[in-house]
This record gives sequence, C-alpha cells and structure tokens, in this order.
Amino acid sequence: MTTAINDKAQVSLPSDTEVRVTRDFRAPRTLVWRAHTEPELFRRWIGGYPGWSMPVCEMDVRPGGKYRWRWRMDEGGKEFGFYGDYREVDAPREIVQAEYYDPGDFGGAMPAKDPAITRTTFTEKNGVTTLVVLMDYGSKEARDAAISTGMTDGMETSYARLDTLVAEQQRG
Amino acid sequence: MTSSQRLDATFAALADPTRRAILARLARGDASVAELAEPFAMSQPAISKHLKVLEHAGLVSTAQDAQRRPRRLEGARLGEATAWLEEYRQFWERRYRALDDLLDELQGKPSRSRRKRR
Repeated sequence: MTTAINDKAQVSLPSDTEVRVTRDFRAPRTLVWRAHTEPELFRRWIGGYPGWSMPVCEMDVRPGGKYRWRWRMDEGGKEFGFYGDYREVDAPREIVQAEYYDPGDFGGAMPAKDPAITRTTFTEKNGVTTLVVLMDYGSKEARDAAISTGMTDGMETSYARLDTLVAEQQRG
Repeated sequence: MTSSQRLDATFAALADPTRRAILARLARGDASVAELAEPFAMSQPAISKHLKVLEHAGLVSTAQDAQRRPRRLEGARLGEATAWLEEYRQFWERRYRALDDLLDELQGKPSRSRRKRR
C-alpha cells in the first residue's frame, strides 16, 4: 500500500562534536517546513510535552531573525529554554540556526562553546519528507552533555509518568 | 576508566566499519582471529590490530581456550553505549510522534499515534 519509510528517529554521531537525528514523515516537505517555521504550528508539537507548557514561542524565521523558546513545568512552574538567531534560511530546504541554552529556573549551563549550530534539512521523495537535524556543539564535552542531560531529563520523567498512566488505564 | 572515558573508547571503536563487521560476526558466536580474518581482505595482524581496539573498549574479550583463543562479544558494554544514545533517540522520537500527529491533522488524516501508541 505505502512504501516503507524510516518512521523511527535515528541518531548517529558523525564526528566528536556533532549529533545527527534523521526521521521520515508522511507529508509533503512544505508542510513539514511550515511545522518548523510557523510558531503556532511549531509549539503544537515541540511544546506538547505532558506536564509542560510552552509560554514563549517566538520565531522570526529569516537570516538574522531571532527566536526564543521557553518551556514551563506545570508542577512548580520552573522554566528553561533556548534562544538564538537564524543564520541561513532556504525555504523549504534548509535552516541553519545558532542555539543558546537558557537555564531559566533550572540553573546550570551547557559546558562552554555556546552556541550550538543546528542545520535542519528537508528533502521530499514520493510524498515522504526526510528530515535531517545536524547539531554541532563545538566540543565533545558540550555534545555529550547535551545528549546525556540537556533538556531531556525532566521531560522524559514526565513522559514516563504518562506512559505509566496510559498503561494503567488500558489495563483497568 | 571513568564511564565517560569508557563511552569514548566504545564509540571510537565503533566508528570503524571493519570493527563493526567484526562485532556483527561475533554476535553470531565466538571466533578465532583466523576465522575473523577470513571474510575480510585483510591479514591476521591487521585484524588483530582492530581486535586490540575492541578489547581496549571492553567490547571484545578472549575466551579461555589456549588453542584457538576465540574472541567473544561483550554485550554489556555495547548495551551501555547504545542505552546512552537510545534515551536521546526516544526523546526525539516522542517529539516526532507529536509532529506526525500534527502533520496528519493538517492533511485531514486520522491521527496515527492515537491509533497505535508506542
């Protein structure tokens, strides 16, 4: 019926300072592009962590334009985020952006070498869009820290909680 | 080695295609250096060099058989390395499932992840 696609995110380490995430989507490239560049659409998927809201999602997607994203934990209201500027914008093919970590109320910082440079490419074949996100953290330490902790910890915890809840409800 | 140094050694060892092929072969069972060299257009000393890197990273050990000295895959260390990246991968996968849903909705399709969670 439909062609096999790589619909599970794949992660690789192309160099000591980089990490690459690849994923296919059954949607035209222009739509995937919009979901990455229109704040109202972007916040609906990237801000949609159970237990979190995204009070700030500003993005001015053009070369030199700035962006600011902030997430807030429902429990206790702690916030953190990312901000930066767009370095290259080639609709609907490629975005390069500089990304700074904003520790907010969580404290801590990414080890030196801010900003990370993120290159996102969109290619389409037979109605399937392949997304490649290549993040260069400038140093191995910063890259490893981003993979090990970064923003994933707290959010994963709330996801794990949700998974438990869902599993319980399905059983009951 | 600290766990971070261990991961470094593991990933450095995994960065080479021949070494990954050796691990794939060992995943099917223990093998001597001669057996490991066979499928590759490589000398035994060249294979031994790769094995040394894999052993340093704790990915391969030498079994107690004085004659053949078969090499063995150390699955636990490999698991440690993949677990580290796997959590990160799942983080992105969850994001992208939410994006799947949004893209489906924008195209007027029923939501996929709601139909089959996980």
